[in-house]
Amino acid sequence: MYRYDEFDARFVAERTEQFRHQVERRLSGALTEDQFKPLRLMNGLYLQLHAYMLRVAIPYGTLSSRQLRKLAHIARKYDKGFGHFTTRTNIQYNWIKLVDVPDILAELAEVEMHCIQTSGNCIRNVTADQFAGATPEEIEDPRPLAEIIRQWSSLHPEFVFLARKFKIAVGASPHDRAALLYHDMAVEIVRNDEGRTGYKVLAGGGMGRTPYIAQVMSDFVEREDILAYLEAVLRVYNQDSRRDNIHKQRIKILVNAIGVEEMRTRIAHEFDEIKRLGSLQLPAEELARITAYFAPPAFEPLADAMPSGSADFENWKKSNIHAHRAPGYAIATISLKTIGQVPGDASADQMDALADLMDEFAIPEIRVSHEQNLVLPHVRRKDLPAIFARLQELDLAAPNAGLITDIIACPGLDYCDLANARSIPVAQDIAKRFADLKRQQDIGELKIKISGCINACGHHHAGHIGILGVDKKGVEFYQLLLGGSGAEDASIGQIMGPGFATHEIADAVERVVGLYLKERASGERFLDTYRRLGMEPFKNIAYQEQMDAAYNG
Amino acid sequence: MALPALKILTANRLRTGDVLYWKAGLWTESLADADIFTDDTTAEAALAGAQGSVAANQVVTPYLFDVRQTKTGPVPVKEREIIRSLGPSVRPDTGKQAAHVQV
Repeated sequence: MYRYDEFDARFVAERTEQFRHQVERRLSGALTEDQFKPLRLMNGLYLQLHAYMLRVAIPYGTLSSRQLRKLAHIARKYDKGFGHFTTRTNIQYNWIKLVDVPDILAELAEVEMHCIQTSGNCIRNVTADQFAGATPEEIEDPRPLAEIIRQWSSLHPEFVFLARKFKIAVGASPHDRAALLYHDMAVEIVRNDEGRTGYKVLAGGGMGRTPYIAQVMSDFVEREDILAYLEAVLRVYNQDSRRDNIHKQRIKILVNAIGVEEMRTRIAHEFDEIKRLGSLQLPAEELARITAYFAPPAFEPLADAMPSGSADFENWKKSNIHAHRAPGYAIATISLKTIGQVPGDASADQMDALADLMDEFAIPEIRVSHEQNLVLPHVRRKDLPAIFARLQELDLAAPNAGLITDIIACPGLDYCDLANARSIPVAQDIAKRFADLKRQQDIGELKIKISGCINACGHHHAGHIGILGVDKKGVEFYQLLLGGSGAEDASIGQIMGPGFATHEIADAVERVVGLYLKERASGERFLDTYRRLGMEPFKNIAYQEQMDAAYNG
Repeated sequence: MALPALKILTANRLRTGDVLYWKAGLWTESLADADIFTDDTTAEAALAGAQGSVAANQVVTPYLFDVRQTKTGPVPVKEREIIRSLGPSVRPDTGKQAAHVQV
């Protein structure tokens, strides 16, 4: 994985000291809260409901065991013994004291981590496929490009004060596991008709108040031109986006206001200008240098046989194990969705134990997925039974990756200052409702995603079943959306109708799922059945209880 | 006729982010101990007074919120303030509520 060079280390160390002085000046009153707020946000520090929240960047979701141990240490020393992995593949700590933050940043710098650009109107943490470098599907590992984008976008003088935040993802597989089409900008590594590798660039996707699917800006950008092209997109956005209305400042609004053709024309103009100046080429040797950091471990020549075991192990294999590029290896998803637990939360003890497990089984990296799970990307198949046994001891062996209880949920009103309603208890209720594993397996792939407000950190627009918490005169209600997808068949979920009360929402979901089981054709996922039947039958069944109550008193 | 809304003044401690409530010109961490304002004039005067704590870099973002009085003390009208006063509903071992949890 990438290691800081001298420049990186100095840059992060200087930034840490800079923020230490800013905190001192805030505490002394030399800075007002209005002056300090944008500075703390640029360092990932929010003031939430109960305390400060610190968001630590995990570039493209990749961590070493040393870094994971440091995250555990921070959870234990400065927080309440746990952290929350987010849909941007970062980790958040919910109980941070402002006075501790400079020391925390210094500790993070020791393991080449920081919180820069995890908040504020700038280019945020770059995400990638959590199976990168391990899946046989991909053209090449997308993380070297993600790292190059991270370096290019870190404190880029032109893009530090954008109109709004800007999120970039990189993928390289036909199967989109990184929700590329819901990003402000996405890069897909592709091969053209001549067999040359380059980049498809999309822009204008996003969730929030006004969801859009990203559109293709260029089908093929040559390798050496990619930063010039990305800079052209950012430059058009920075120059032409509205700054008078916070709800209309994302690039998705610009693309859809001027139209995709006009957007492409403006980007092409900027791209030509940057190319003419010749100042932003990506040299092949630099790409090769960065790529070398991401070289896979030396895979042992192993037999491809998959070990067998107990019924629990077989169930875990069925959902949580995926094919690896190397014979005798597998990709293992560690679900952070044990029934009844908080989606995405991990305790300091769990993080430490996972770091030990990585070292013991020679697994050099662990990944964070946007679905709030962890992934061991390079596992010897013969080690799977022992690893599974350890995960069972840690309560991290839920065999539900991709199933109905593998629910994305934002922190919601339990923690978040922006939220209108709680997300986590709804996720827990639904998970308990569908806890029976045979029932989950019968239902198959079904992605439930829950947000506590319209900002959509819980990706509700992209849920096969999405749930949006709303506030009605101080009381929580939940809107149901159906038909969303964050994968390669991306679609925006449609709102069903009036919201459900807290005690009604799990029942409504259960009725919707029940109708799917009754109506599905052979091989159809929930999403396929919904797309075939449309909203009407699902709406009728979801509101059945309310209708019965209205007519029967 | 609707009863006049009761209000409590809250803020967060600058150094730690802790949730605080206004009590007789000072701050307390306990909602049960907070001053309850029965009229807007007194509430707004307290909010103005809290600006002194802001200027002294003790607290940030003071504001008023609605409560109703019950036999056991004031209860916020909105879920948001109930959660702020107790802690996350999904982690009873954290926040102000943790003091009452048997571990």
